[in-house]
Amino acid sequence: MSDAKKTQGAVQTTGHAWDGDIQEFNNPLPSWWLWSFYATVVFAVVYWIFYPAWPVGGAYTTGVMNEITFIDSDGSEKTTRWNTRALLLKDLQEGKSATLSREYLEKVKDADYQTILSDAEMMAFTRSMAVGLFGDNCMPCHGAGGAGVMGLFPNLADDDWLWGGTVEEVEATIANGRYGFMPAFRGTFNAQQLDDVASYVLSLSGQEADAASVTRGKNIFQTSEGGCYYCHGTDGKGMKSQGSANLADQIWTIADVPGADTVEARKVAVKHVITNGAQRSMPHWSDRLDSTEIKLLTVYVHELGGGQ
Amino acid sequence: MTDTAGQALYQARIPIYPRSVKGRFRLVKWGILTLAYSVYFLLPWLRWERNVGPDQAVLFDIADRKFYLFSLVMHAQDLFWLTGALLVAALLLFFVTGIAGRVFCGYFCFQTLWTDLYLLIERLVQGDRVARIRLDKSPWGASKFLRKLLTHFLWLTVAFWTGLTFTLYWDNAPELIVKWFEGKAPFAAYATTLFLTATTYVMAGLAREQVCTYMCPYARFQAVMFDADTRIVAYDVSRGESKAGRHKVTRELKTLEQRQQQEVGECIDCGYCVQVCPTGIDIRNGLQVQCISCALCIDACDTIMGSLGWDRGLIRYTSEKQAQGLESRLWKPRTIGYGLVLLVAVTALAWSVSNQAPLEMSVVQVRQPLFVRLSDGGVQNSYELHIENKTDQPMSLAIMLHGLAGAELDVGKLASVKVGAQRSLRVHARVRWDSGHKHKGSRSFEFNLVPQMRQEVGMISSPATFYMPGSEN
Repeated sequence: MSDAKKTQGAVQTTGHAWDGDIQEFNNPLPSWWLWSFYATVVFAVVYWIFYPAWPVGGAYTTGVMNEITFIDSDGSEKTTRWNTRALLLKDLQEGKSATLSREYLEKVKDADYQTILSDAEMMAFTRSMAVGLFGDNCMPCHGAGGAGVMGLFPNLADDDWLWGGTVEEVEATIANGRYGFMPAFRGTFNAQQLDDVASYVLSLSGQEADAASVTRGKNIFQTSEGGCYYCHGTDGKGMKSQGSANLADQIWTIADVPGADTVEARKVAVKHVITNGAQRSMPHWSDRLDSTEIKLLTVYVHELGGGQ
Repeated sequence: MTDTAGQALYQARIPIYPRSVKGRFRLVKWGILTLAYSVYFLLPWLRWERNVGPDQAVLFDIADRKFYLFSLVMHAQDLFWLTGALLVAALLLFFVTGIAGRVFCGYFCFQTLWTDLYLLIERLVQGDRVARIRLDKSPWGASKFLRKLLTHFLWLTVAFWTGLTFTLYWDNAPELIVKWFEGKAPFAAYATTLFLTATTYVMAGLAREQVCTYMCPYARFQAVMFDADTRIVAYDVSRGESKAGRHKVTRELKTLEQRQQQEVGECIDCGYCVQVCPTGIDIRNGLQVQCISCALCIDACDTIMGSLGWDRGLIRYTSEKQAQGLESRLWKPRTIGYGLVLLVAVTALAWSVSNQAPLEMSVVQVRQPLFVRLSDGGVQNSYELHIENKTDQPMSLAIMLHGLAGAELDVGKLASVKVGAQRSLRVHARVRWDSGHKHKGSRSFEFNLVPQMRQEVGMISSPATFYMPGSEN
């Protein structure tokens, strides 16, 4: 208390007194603080004049001398009072990076595939643009890196192409979509035949299988008894025009052979596909993406696994 | 309001009216000021021929992440040079301060330089110290108003040009200045100019010595680096005060002999040294924290002593030891220590700058997917190569693998990778390897980048890892 009394004496009071001895301290604000406060008041008033500020009924004061002109989504030129959305749109249309990427985009648009593929700078630009398109349109099925999902969506990052791996074929796939179909052989084969065909299919890619069973399976596969060769070819290498899988390589897109540990498990995986067939479809994108976007995506997908 | 409250929260500033002075140190200071201003105000206008990039000698291009310093182009990866430059500057400050005191404050600091210019303007418009004091005390009238208005107008002009010049360092000056006045420059240009105009005007015009005394951290920590050998601006107490103290020149105390007889010091207490001081201190009270070692009091005292025909140097550069009649050492352990560290830092920076890599590459492995199985049973990993050509000539580069026997590199249809001058590029590369299942897990190797037809630029390598999956097949 004694300390408090000492400082009390040092501070100025307002000079008012209540009940005889109750006084009011006067601690004036530092002048720098006061002037800063006045400056903020002035700033606010200036702001009201130039920017949207006060609500007036259902509208608001829009401010003066702050028109922004930009291209609206329907292609028409639009001038509005200052707002952050228009500001963003203007920057996206006229900003430095927008101008630069438009310039590159024009270049890519006019170039043919071989020119793009052999030009490192155009490739770098194409990839950087297409990665966003891929993320928006393709990623939900094929995954961010194009690795697909076993049994559902094919892997785009390997060197096998169900529908062909040239740029023209990739472009056709993206633009028009694909419908892949393998009939179910549930009623066609008995248990023994199913087992034999599965053994033969596994043997095509060098998997371990019973020799006698393979010979029987080959007979079913390559004759009208099974008719597998209609689509997969007598050598089992598939046909690009059908989208039928190459069974003779090490890549499996529907039967999860790599994920199976034992000979029996692998056979079960293959048998499952033969029994139930397969249906896979990819929608067409020509309605949704323009030709330049499809071009960018074609190059991107083509380069993911190293195209043909 | 604080004035009426009787007790202010801060000590109110006592106005200082520094008087002009002529002399050696003033001349040196004008010289440094002229040099510093010439460099600062003219440098953005200096043109420089380059194969690629802007033709401005000094340009800090933030948008393109390149700093142009004459023939040197700093890229984003070279930014640590800035740390090096700051380190060298700090060490130089320590080194010089240990030897010669606050040389930076008194001669080179922009606060001192701009305050000097502002004082010059004030003097040209309002007259010297006495005239200014009289003007401030006189009632407001047309003449006073006009003089004050002109002073502040000129101050603001200098402040504006200072701010605008600073802005010009960040873009092509002749282009930017036109855009600036047309109202088409970027917002940052206006904000920077406005900010520097305001700070220059407030700091050099209004705050002045308060910046040094209250705001500047260097002022405080430089004093810590002083020792008994450090050169300081000091008043020779024994000579100036003798035994009976200082005294004005009177009829009985006119000559040195008369003063010696009466044991009066040689200081005639004219107050000139106090009047010229930009921080308003009396150097005769000894070393003070406010003293920025500007040495103007030396000039003032020398002028007086010279006119009396007495020895100069009553106020002079000396050290605490010298003032006591002892020998002062220049090379004390601390100075040698700072000197050596400074030498090492300068050498390291110079080496680093002169050995700037002309070509850089960094490799990032694509991790989604980490690997893919190929139709022949081999494995493919993908990589993003980021290649940067720092030279002013375009480069053709061949990408090669090293340390992964039998592996195959695929960069699509790119025969060779062309990277433009001062440009960077990303390349998607695929590596295929069938190790015959001998290797599983990660295996280190290198990407080599070989410049074609550019012998002076050597091959560079960047490490990478190949992942070979385990048990399948």
